[in-house]
Amino acid sequence: MRRFASIAGALLVGFLAVVLLAPPSAAADSAFSIGGRLNNQVGAQKVPVANVLVTVTGSGFTGTATSGPDGVWVVSVPGEGAYDVTLETASLPQGIALTDPSRGTVHTTVQTPTVNRIVIFPLGESTQKTTNPWTQVAQLTVEGVRYGLLIALGAVGLSLIYGTTGLTNFAHGELLTFGALMTWIANVPLHMPFVLAAIVGLGLSAAFGWVQNTGLWRPLRKRGTGLLAMMIVSIGLALLLRNVFLFFFGGDKRAYGEYAGMAGLSLGPVSLTPTDLVAMVISVIALALVVLAVQKTRMGKATRAVADNPALASSAGIKVEGVIQSVWVVGALMAGLSGILLGFTQQVSYLMGFQVLLLIFAAVTLGGLGTIWGAIVGSLVVGLFLQLTTLIIPPELKNVGALLVLIVILLVRPYGLLGRRERVG
Amino acid sequence: MDWGYIFSVTLQSAFGIEAIVFGLMAIGLNLQFGYTGLLNFGQSAFLAVAAYSLAVLVTDMGFTFWVGIGVGLLAAVVLALLLGIPTLRLRADYLAIVTIAAAEIVRLLVRSVALKDIFGGSDGLRDFSAGFYALNPVTVGQYSLGPVSLNQDKVFVLIVGWVLVVLSLLMVWMLVRSPWGRILKGIREDEDAVRSLGKNVYFVKMQSLIIGGVLGCLGGFIYALGYQNVGPDFFGTDTTFFAYAILILGGAARVLGPLLGTIVFWALIQGTDVLLRSGIDAGFPLVAWMSGSQAAVVRYIIVGAGLMLLMIFRPQGILGDRKELALDAR
Amino acid sequence: MPDSAPELGPRAIASRQILADVPRLAGVRKPDPIVVADGIIRRFGGLTAVDVERVEIQRGAITALIGPNGAGKTTFFNLLTGFDQPDEGHWSFNGTSLSGMPSYKVARSGMVRTFQLTKALSKMKVIENMRLGAAHQQGEHLAKAIFPFTWRPQERAITAQADQLLARFNLDAKRNDFAGSLSGGQRKLLEMARALMCDPSMLMLDEPMAGVNPALTQSLLGHITDLREEGMSILFVEHDMDTVRHIADWVIVMAQGRIIAEGPPDTVMHNEAVIDAYLGGHYDQALTTSGVSFTEEATS
Repeated sequence: MRRFASIAGALLVGFLAVVLLAPPSAAADSAFSIGGRLNNQVGAQKVPVANVLVTVTGSGFTGTATSGPDGVWVVSVPGEGAYDVTLETASLPQGIALTDPSRGTVHTTVQTPTVNRIVIFPLGESTQKTTNPWTQVAQLTVEGVRYGLLIALGAVGLSLIYGTTGLTNFAHGELLTFGALMTWIANVPLHMPFVLAAIVGLGLSAAFGWVQNTGLWRPLRKRGTGLLAMMIVSIGLALLLRNVFLFFFGGDKRAYGEYAGMAGLSLGPVSLTPTDLVAMVISVIALALVVLAVQKTRMGKATRAVADNPALASSAGIKVEGVIQSVWVVGALMAGLSGILLGFTQQVSYLMGFQVLLLIFAAVTLGGLGTIWGAIVGSLVVGLFLQLTTLIIPPELKNVGALLVLIVILLVRPYGLLGRRERVG
Repeated sequence: MDWGYIFSVTLQSAFGIEAIVFGLMAIGLNLQFGYTGLLNFGQSAFLAVAAYSLAVLVTDMGFTFWVGIGVGLLAAVVLALLLGIPTLRLRADYLAIVTIAAAEIVRLLVRSVALKDIFGGSDGLRDFSAGFYALNPVTVGQYSLGPVSLNQDKVFVLIVGWVLVVLSLLMVWMLVRSPWGRILKGIREDEDAVRSLGKNVYFVKMQSLIIGGVLGCLGGFIYALGYQNVGPDFFGTDTTFFAYAILILGGAARVLGPLLGTIVFWALIQGTDVLLRSGIDAGFPLVAWMSGSQAAVVRYIIVGAGLMLLMIFRPQGILGDRKELALDAR
Repeated sequence: MPDSAPELGPRAIASRQILADVPRLAGVRKPDPIVVADGIIRRFGGLTAVDVERVEIQRGAITALIGPNGAGKTTFFNLLTGFDQPDEGHWSFNGTSLSGMPSYKVARSGMVRTFQLTKALSKMKVIENMRLGAAHQQGEHLAKAIFPFTWRPQERAITAQADQLLARFNLDAKRNDFAGSLSGGQRKLLEMARALMCDPSMLMLDEPMAGVNPALTQSLLGHITDLREEGMSILFVEHDMDTVRHIADWVIVMAQGRIIAEGPPDTVMHNEAVIDAYLGGHYDQALTTSGVSFTEEATS
């Protein structure tokens, strides 16, 4: 264990050193550019839109581009900096409009050369008619399951940590962000192929979980710090980490170097990008592995014992701290995986974990605090709710739907859908 | 390094609008969390509800300032009831999650494009303060308080704000010394013990939640009137967490804790920020490599680290008593 | 364990005389019941924790509720005091129905309980603990709380009453200390004294002797019997049979959620069903080595 610790610690430090001390991109004469692909969402299909004008302005420069037959447009810009990208709505063909008219201009920053800075303008039918409501439902259901699976990866870790240590970890979102950010660094500035970058990201996530438990939570537990105090410590940690991320990586959203902005594959009534599909498969495999581990392996049984009654488990010979250590490593690993996969949907930013933290809490509470199946079921329910409610309410308010469901379910079944009924109050 | 400038900025921050707003938030939280043990993580929702009630009623609907204030207070009470009725019978964690969720819902609603006509979306609302400033008895002109220079409107809102702070502190002081306050302290430690003595615990918790929420909503009014503008970005969970940091720093369950906490907090935060920027401008090698946007982030890193250290090493804060600590830490 | 039973005062003697005529049957009616419970059933998942057809508790007497572990005593105790709600059944206290009443209302109606794991509020001073116990406090109403002149006089009266009780329980020296600084036994006394601040007509004690050293036990027993002499009805849950034998006027025995026997201590302790419940059946058979293990025997 100690050797793993020192290796992990060294890796982490070394990686951070590379990142922080690496000089800014040397080749100043490489091409910087901003671009994107314009697609019209027709029911489940994404149809490229051609001949649309996009203008880029910034620091005295103005450039334009017109989207080609594949919907792709690219504008070369003179260098690093902030730019405003405007879609000239007058050039849109009949019947097609921006889905959010107030977002016709996007402010973005270009920092890396040789990688297209991607800006997305979602387009849809200008009249709100959809060709077939059931395809929409099918599409949203699949989206809901996909998002739910990604949340489940994070929720499982949170639930396990809560179950074994009682800690409500407000810094869990930052584990997601960390995984995504590390992967992005490996992938983009350090030019590793994505899969390798992801593995690096996962390894560092697991190491980070280990470091957190060994360096912070275990000493606090040893001191006898109360659960409420530890929760507030986690709130401080979350603030700290979030702003450290902001400090080093800036406020922008960034996409991975590969596999971003792909076209959807049609699978029956539903359209999914290949990355979505792969992400879903990976999530299912990861979740299945964790569930199997908890239910079948000795370590899993030990984990359940500790979650049930640590004192009793300890007197039965179970090394409680060892179990908690593994829970932190696995939980952080899963959270990192969740962040990495989420980076495809909502791009990588310092806030990404924080933004889903509340949804993860909702999922875990909904499903029943401290149970694995509860975390998974709760996440799927939250994911489905998020997407399906967009049929009735505007997409920007979909979180409201999920949170309202949480509150309502707590009224009716305070111990969650799968939780055990304790004497409440 | 212009020390006079640094000092003046720090002073302004320690006694300015934000100190007042967060002070009122923390006083409300002190009653709810410090004295009763209720985990209200949605305090920013009370501010939002109050500020937006005022803004919407005056700007959108043309009512007078006083009507706006009245509706804001009512809205805060209603919010407290909505939050409390389902959750006060459950475990403390549930109140925390429900209050965070509620605050997020409020923030998303006032930020939304769909409701932009009412709440002004991400730009927010303005033009509702005229009624307030019309009441300003202070004569027009610039007033200097040491190195700080303020106009009559600023002076007015600061006076009103600090008067509200003092009145709130007075009320909290009277309440916690009373038998009602005694029940709060009992509830904080063990609800069942208090029930076994015939006290209606649920009802008292609800009262505490409501009063704390109303105090927070006063902060919302001062925020709106002080900046003459309400926008959704202030009312996120970070604001509530800052208020907790202030409460714990000053000393939870101490009447003057929030007051001391807010003054020290804002002095520290703003002081280090302006110190840092001056250092960067002056070219100190230790900090000169930071960009402006990075420098702005440092103070939040300090808040996060500070909160952690506080909880680990001195959870009773500046004024608190370890023996009476409700925070369950050693 | 106490060597000598506290002397029986006049009320005790009177109670025992009345109870002498009561048949020794489970669920039997009492001449002057203060608590009457009917058909109480409480289930947890698939398990029926409590199934009491009928029980009556005699006013002014000390009644003990005993039974082996897992008998449902604590659950039944919680049900009677409003800290749990039964699935079926009703019961009344002093003629008023308590069914569905929340625990604080039960306390207000005159039935006050203590806890097995003492709930002295350790972060409050002893005298504050006592003041908290008083009932009908004006200052507890929010509107009046801000105006001290409305509750100061009453507060003085309450404090005087508190000091009297503290003196009676020998805690007056600790008046201004935090309850957390008291020893375990002193906290038990504090909890009892605090409960008396409510002016109850019935005291429900949950394992009052648990974790108490022998010297203090004598003192506690003395306080309990003194209360009986003042007319208080007392029900206590207890494991220690010596305590039960010495002070209880009447004993109710529970096993597996049911009441299996009632009567004065001596009768109950020689009751076959009671002995079986505690020791398991076949306790008097010789241990054999032919196929039947010891543990099987003892738990059958």
